[in-house]
Amino acid sequence: MTQPFYVSPEQLMKDRADFARKGIARGRSVVVVGYTGGIAFVTENPSRALHKISEIYDRIAFAAVGKYNEFENLRVAGIRYADLRGYSYDRTDVNARGLANAYAQTLGAVFTTESKPLEVEIAVAEVGPEQSADQVYRLSYDGSVTDESGFVVMGGAADQLGTIVEKEWREGLDLRQVLRLAVGTLGSPAARGKEEGNQRRIPAEELEAAVLDRDRSRRAFRRLSPAQLESLLNE
Amino acid sequence: MNSIRDTFPAAYTRLGSASFTEFLREVAPELLPGHRHGLHEVDPAALPAPHATTIVALTYPGGMVMAGDRRATMGSQISHRRMEKVFSADEFSAIGIAGTAGLAMELVRLFQLELEHFEKIDGTLLSLEGKANRLATMVRGNLPLALQGLAAIPLFGGYDRNSGNGRIFSYDVVGGRYEERQYHAVGSGGVYARSSLKKLWRPDLNADDAVRTALHALMDAADDDSATAGVDLLRRIYPVVARVDAEGFSRIPGEDLRTHAEQINRDLAEAAEEGEQA
Repeated sequence: MTQPFYVSPEQLMKDRADFARKGIARGRSVVVVGYTGGIAFVTENPSRALHKISEIYDRIAFAAVGKYNEFENLRVAGIRYADLRGYSYDRTDVNARGLANAYAQTLGAVFTTESKPLEVEIAVAEVGPEQSADQVYRLSYDGSVTDESGFVVMGGAADQLGTIVEKEWREGLDLRQVLRLAVGTLGSPAARGKEEGNQRRIPAEELEAAVLDRDRSRRAFRRLSPAQLESLLNE
Repeated sequence: MNSIRDTFPAAYTRLGSASFTEFLREVAPELLPGHRHGLHEVDPAALPAPHATTIVALTYPGGMVMAGDRRATMGSQISHRRMEKVFSADEFSAIGIAGTAGLAMELVRLFQLELEHFEKIDGTLLSLEGKANRLATMVRGNLPLALQGLAAIPLFGGYDRNSGNGRIFSYDVVGGRYEERQYHAVGSGGVYARSSLKKLWRPDLNADDAVRTALHALMDAADDDSATAGVDLLRRIYPVVARVDAEGFSRIPGEDLRTHAEQINRDLAEAAEEGEQA
């Protein structure tokens, strides 16, 4: 009988994490950023049909980077979870915390028990009655959750881009300001993995953008069309 | 994987249809309307469940209006004065419902969610016909209860974004779906309301006329059917009247309805006076 090779748990987890990180880094980044009137989601995505940003429930939205089929599956699961919960109890009983928890458990279980971890990173955001009550959760491929304050950047150069947003972002910015910040960040040389270089101007048609609008009565989620985005960015 | 608490059960992540009802049937069938046990031996006449009554709908160029009175009855008793029976199904359609109130409300809630669920998962709105067909399936699901006398019959209408018209669909207990031209009414006062609409409806109504016509039909139904309430000017309880057009669903404010109702009453009073003098 041949002895199987011994692989230490540390090595096993590290290999899986490296694998997942590599997959995620191939995708383009998503910026989720809070403003006075709600929460904005921006990513570079030339496709009009394959969304990386989606509505989950009345006040909750979802953004993801990584492998499309994997996060699409999680998105649908999230909508089913939220709709079933709202139908069995009440619409006000659906919250981002519960959803983030279910995502975390699922990602964590796949990471440790399946042959391959999910190559995705997810943000779940819920808009509150005022900016200080907004919730933004970031979920990693291994099921770890972080409760972020104000903004999240996910994807390839997340760390570098996060620093750019961190420098500029503060509570009280309006929609125009955060959109400009988000689009500027996505077009920065750091997003292409370079330290130096020109700031790239991403055309509005190649951006996918949406907001959770605090002032909308029930369903807060609204996509921004290229025309709307253009006018918001240029004013 | 399911041994770990709180992960999504397999049915959540499975590739499936964008239908919430089908998902519900798989994971929580006890929450489906029509899923009831132990009602087989019940005589519905002896079962004191509130009944919701008359709903009217009519089209006008570019949209449609739906109205429902606010009364629910239990036998000869008025059980509710402020029940709402007309709802927005989604941004471009409305659903009104007559019959056993408890079942009717549940059907509406599930139908609203069904449309929203599809929209979120698929990223597009269903066509008006698609919504109407979906509702037919749900009404059919309630057939076993309908056979025991616990029926809930919807009236569905909306703005067809492909043709730019308002359209109305009526249903029967077995889930038959019929497109109505011009106008329709269901519920205990439906027959009277339809007769009223037959005389009042014109192809050139504008949105405001359509609202008044719907209100008038309800008032006529209330005149002859004890289970239908008209306009309660004393308590300021007005029917729910909704308009659906290219701008989407909007509910007509009570003040507008009051103005219309007062005008209709004035016309009726004048006619009555002329009758006395003759």
